[in-house]
Amino acid sequence: MADRVGIVAVAQTKFDQKREEHLTETLVHVTKDVMGQTGLEFKPDGTGIDSTVTSSQDYFGGLGGIDMHYAYTVGAYKRPEDRIEEDGAFSVAYGAMQILSGHHDVVLVLAHIKESACSKNQVENLGMDHVYGRKIGLDFVASAGMQARRYQHKYGITPEQCAKVVVKNRTNGKNNPFVMYANGITVEDVLKSEMVADPLRAQEIKPNPVDGAVAMILAREEKAKKLTDKPVWITGMGMCYDHHELGYRDLADCDALVSAAQMAYKMAGIKDPVKELDLAEISEHYAYQELLWSEGLGFCGKGEGGKLIDKGTTAMGGELPVNPSGGLLSGVPLVVAGMQRVAECVMQLRGEAGGRQVSGAKKALAHGVDGPAGQLHCVITLEK
Amino acid sequence: MAERIAITGVGQTHHKSKRTDVNTPELVAEAVEAALEDAQLTMKDIDFVVLTSFEMADGQYVPDLWVVPEFGGVGKPGFKFQNAGTSGGVAAGAAFDYAASGMFKNVLCVSWQKMDEGKGAFGRGGGGLSEYWQSQIPFSPITNFARRAFAYLHNSGCTEEHFGMTRVKQDQCAMKNDYAQLKLGLTLEKVMESAVLVWPIRFLHMCPSTCGAGVFIVSPEEQAKKVTKNPVWVEDWFCVHVGGAFTMAEDPTLSTLRYGCETVYKRCGITNPLRDIQAFEIYEPCSPAELRWMEEVGVCEDWTAWKLMEQGKVGIDKEIPFNPSGGVTACNPIGATPVIRIIEAALQIRGDAGAHQVPHTVNRALATGYGGQGENVIILLRKSL
Repeated sequence: MADRVGIVAVAQTKFDQKREEHLTETLVHVTKDVMGQTGLEFKPDGTGIDSTVTSSQDYFGGLGGIDMHYAYTVGAYKRPEDRIEEDGAFSVAYGAMQILSGHHDVVLVLAHIKESACSKNQVENLGMDHVYGRKIGLDFVASAGMQARRYQHKYGITPEQCAKVVVKNRTNGKNNPFVMYANGITVEDVLKSEMVADPLRAQEIKPNPVDGAVAMILAREEKAKKLTDKPVWITGMGMCYDHHELGYRDLADCDALVSAAQMAYKMAGIKDPVKELDLAEISEHYAYQELLWSEGLGFCGKGEGGKLIDKGTTAMGGELPVNPSGGLLSGVPLVVAGMQRVAECVMQLRGEAGGRQVSGAKKALAHGVDGPAGQLHCVITLEK
Repeated sequence: MAERIAITGVGQTHHKSKRTDVNTPELVAEAVEAALEDAQLTMKDIDFVVLTSFEMADGQYVPDLWVVPEFGGVGKPGFKFQNAGTSGGVAAGAAFDYAASGMFKNVLCVSWQKMDEGKGAFGRGGGGLSEYWQSQIPFSPITNFARRAFAYLHNSGCTEEHFGMTRVKQDQCAMKNDYAQLKLGLTLEKVMESAVLVWPIRFLHMCPSTCGAGVFIVSPEEQAKKVTKNPVWVEDWFCVHVGGAFTMAEDPTLSTLRYGCETVYKRCGITNPLRDIQAFEIYEPCSPAELRWMEEVGVCEDWTAWKLMEQGKVGIDKEIPFNPSGGVTACNPIGATPVIRIIEAALQIRGDAGAHQVPHTVNRALATGYGGQGENVIILLRKSL
């Protein structure tokens, strides 16, 4: 990269089952927070925040153009505001690109959602094709059930290994004041919970609904250094699309994530992610996905995700702690998830992660994902 | 910018109100194929994809996931934007950013709307309005434009006939555009006879529902010169968003368009827009808006555009080449509309616009995207930098 992009401020709301406030109030909380941390305001002359990139979903808000609530609420009136209708990680990546292109110097990125405003299953059914997928009632949970089944069958991953992911993440989550479902769950509890989409059980699925928002400010290198003593640099970014039609993929593998990771690693000069990274925050919408995504990210070989959790490599204190924050299973909203992964990495690299701090963390990886059975991935690597 | 960038290929569908012969991915693939053919490239050459459509008008949640595989996007990096009406402008800006970073060779910007399957009016009607009170009143783009048109009548002293003349001009241009949806052969009488929706807006003043897609390819300088002999350079772009703030404006003609244009004109040293820019493709989803927006873009004095329209000075081969393609009242596939403005502006610069080509050399062209109650994206293209 010609120039470096630094993250100079992050803010997140506490994630709740239902935030009893209007969307605009949630936006104001996180936006004013990062503006306060940097002392920046929206300015047309290049002396403040130049632009905003947001992530949100109209269907979840029940409003066409839900991002239009943003600009006038937070004082970004008559400033650029680009909205990405994907996971928040993509907003971080594009925010950085607005700086790398030379177009802007300081960009605010924001992700928000009120899952409580509507039915997740109903919306995600609208994400399937009109002709077959919708008619047979397919949604993202049912797709994940098929992926879990195929993954367990092809590589001999056991339900216990998947349940261990839930236990690890919910235990980590106890140290994270932002999440809502951290508890002392056991493998037995997980395996006894209600069957939702065979073999997926209720406790293996990201809690829903969860409401909240996260924001951060990105800045060009020289400005980032002036704005904070502890900038965190974006070193690599990768993303990749897979097939939509589930039958066109082998669901036990994640080729798109492999490509996205390779793109980010190449940019960051990372050759051995397990040795070089100090932690990873990845989007496990379902417990088995943490194992599968770990394979795609190159933390272990294909089909070795189960061994990875058995060996404790990804636990706190392991060689590469994965989701020290507690992950999505501890209760993080959709859309917000990817950007919140980046925010958690930033707090870790600044040494401000409190009880969930990975000591001496210098390099981290954040991952966001969209679509049925992980169709579109985004990988971002970060460095102190 | 880190790199100078140019548009190397463009493609669009023949826009129609219904396309029951194709699904959304197939519709989009038509435009992608056209753009690749125009640039003489294949999907193998594309190393980044930026997508956009207005989801609610498609009736599909995350439609990019469905669309991407059809045109060969599997294995490519990319993602989707959605800013309602300005979607295409914002996505174009992102494609420009990715190309300008110098990290990608050929960036594909893909935009579409298939409105025969979704509920466009629902999506637009809900546009960022407060659910407490704004969406309780029948507020929509039509009422919004009625406010503006009423203010224009009041402030300029023009008559309803001038809105009709504007619609006739738009139709005359569209009649010459192969890709346009509505080619009605309108007369002033016909427009004046059409039903009043919200006074002074008539049925024929408003844009139609459209199925269509628009695609372009943008590359950094060195690559652009390899791809084509006719690169269209991206000089500057700017996005002005205000949000659902129409009630906050002291003036109902709230001019983000003027503000956006002034910003890019200043950056590009444009002092006389009518002299310095030789073709204009403006997102005017409603005929009366074109008059005020001619003034805000700076081609004439405030409250005088109607006189120029009356004198017949606006058109493809006239003094003011405003919307030679026929513009948005002739077709409006919402998510794709700003990209189609960029495509049309690029074709004018290349001299490839066919029957609606302006007769003089176009060194610089202006394209805009519009959405909500005053969102704008301003894009300036040039023949040479």
